[in-house]
Amino acid sequence: MGDRRAWQEAYERSTLRETPFETISGVPLEPVYGPDDGEFPGQWPYTRGPYASMYRSRLWTMRQFAGFGTAEDTNRRFKDLLASGGNGLSTAFDMPTLLGRDSDDPLAKGEVGRAGVAIDTQRDMETLFAGIPLGSVSTSMTINSAAPVVMAMYIGVGDRQGVDRAALSGTIQNDILKEYQAQKEYVFPPRPSVRLVTDLVRFATAELPRWHPISISGYHIREAGSTAAQELAFTLANGFAYVEAAVAAGLAIDDFAPRLSFFFNAHIDFFEEVAKYRAARRIWARWMRDRYGASDARSQTLRFHTQTTGVSLTAQQPEVNLARVALEALAGVLGGTQSLHTDAFDEALALPTERAARLALRTQQVIAEELGVAHVADPLGGSWFVESLTDELERQAEEVFAHLEREGAGSMLDGVVECIENGWFGLQIADAAYRFQEKLAKGEWILVGVNGYTEGDDREVPTLYIDPAVERRQLDRLAQVRRERDDDAVRRSLGRLESEAADPTINLMPALIEASANQVTVGESMQALGAVFGTWFERPVA
Amino acid sequence: MPRGERLRVLLAKVGLDGHDRGLRVVARILRDGGLEVIYAGLRQTPETIAAAATQEDVDVVGVSMHNGAHLTLAPAVVEALRAAGLETPVVVGGIVPDVDLPAMRAAGIAAVLGPGASNAEVLEAVRGVAKGA
Repeated sequence: MGDRRAWQEAYERSTLRETPFETISGVPLEPVYGPDDGEFPGQWPYTRGPYASMYRSRLWTMRQFAGFGTAEDTNRRFKDLLASGGNGLSTAFDMPTLLGRDSDDPLAKGEVGRAGVAIDTQRDMETLFAGIPLGSVSTSMTINSAAPVVMAMYIGVGDRQGVDRAALSGTIQNDILKEYQAQKEYVFPPRPSVRLVTDLVRFATAELPRWHPISISGYHIREAGSTAAQELAFTLANGFAYVEAAVAAGLAIDDFAPRLSFFFNAHIDFFEEVAKYRAARRIWARWMRDRYGASDARSQTLRFHTQTTGVSLTAQQPEVNLARVALEALAGVLGGTQSLHTDAFDEALALPTERAARLALRTQQVIAEELGVAHVADPLGGSWFVESLTDELERQAEEVFAHLEREGAGSMLDGVVECIENGWFGLQIADAAYRFQEKLAKGEWILVGVNGYTEGDDREVPTLYIDPAVERRQLDRLAQVRRERDDDAVRRSLGRLESEAADPTINLMPALIEASANQVTVGESMQALGAVFGTWFERPVA
Repeated sequence: MPRGERLRVLLAKVGLDGHDRGLRVVARILRDGGLEVIYAGLRQTPETIAAAATQEDVDVVGVSMHNGAHLTLAPAVVEALRAAGLETPVVVGGIVPDVDLPAMRAAGIAAVLGPGASNAEVLEAVRGVAKGA
């Protein structure tokens, strides 16, 4: 299995950062430690990392998620993050945008610009990225149900900025399966939704070589209450489902699989998290090679973004969250993450203030610059404890895969959809969430400041205030676009969308790009699709 | 149905927000505490909540919000209940900044449960507002 020579050759081919790789006291450090016949980073089965030189070549991307108010408000926050040394943008959309509704939709009342930025038309998207050349930043957009619509707008903004589509770099979450399982931001039923995901994958494969068209996300599964093993298993199973859907749509595995990316939670149980990331890489490599026949090493290597867990943050004694976030972030780094978002300490109270968001970024910078943990790849590999925990999480994940495969009669895609429809995922997650709540209630788990060490609670921290006038301003912007646009062009675009939605062999991305350019709103595009696809409701079971 | 036996509580998410972990956990806490839970789940509106509260003859309505829309949506739930002729108390759970608490009380919200509320506090709040009603 292990091959020090192959690793050594790959390492020597890598470009390294200009920094001494030694301890603070001057002890020189190897790029990785372990026996010659052990595992190596960048080598099959990639347990120890996707690259031979890991952070010696490039630190993880410090990618802070931001979005609130109107596109102008978020544009200012983006520019502040870039000026503070952040090197990737990450967009949070408000609830109506996430669910494909316009700001003037009756159900959007009270939610416009609240939990993220409000985007109704391509003109809003232009404002969001004003003064930020799309060819030279990498952008992440966290959106799922309306992902193809918003992606079409982003492509349109790039076109208008004169940026070659091949130069657009970034990630769109576009992971609809976990919405039914955990985050619940679904609109259409699972099958047509998977078609939309696949359309975007096909389009990106053909036209956006630097874009990651799906970020297969365990983050929300974990936040909804799952265990680490469930997060791992459900996420990878969703990944297998997307692979099967793309192959069924006619794509060759090694043409798209290198662009698949992942997104995991960094929860508070340090070693379990490190083991989870290691197990994820090993499982993905094996399934991609052995089950799906991927031969390109980039198809076999799992690369992931990490965000520290929101649910560990407490409203009580909120400054304590700075310590939690730092430790969670460290697990992500020791687990070999490719990019990282650190939560702000005030997020159990409200969206973060600018100061809290900057402290969160500073936490990553301390880990990167001061801690000395970026010199050596997979520093916990070889620990009997971590290796054993890695094996155990892998074993538990394989049990879940076996269940899904039975449910899908051999197809992971069918198994995942079946277990969404029969409520299995939801129940598994709700059970795990309740088990944790029981531990808290019985004092078997101490949450500092909540059920232990409660003296000195001071939550008098300033929180971000979102001006209720945001909604009014956004409604005015939208009304202006509706007045100024070419109504005939809008009607033609919507007619094309509806007729192409009815033919599953047509890729919907070109019609969506045309609609966005004609200032068709997010809500109008989604309604046209919904007329064909229908709407999904889950059975309310608690 | 005879009053004064098991308290009946309607639980719902109002608006577009899909964060249902808290609501699902609260449903089980209340059930384990001997209350009867009618779980309406996601994407409810003030009107559907009022209709369900009427039909199910509940003692308390619990709504969960994590999306910052509580100042708009929570009062609308109270208004819809009152418009349907119900005096049912409304408990809000989720993320409500302290500065918004006076406005929530003024809008007729009977109790607000924040992050970290214990099982005992959840039960106490629901039983407390039911007794007061």
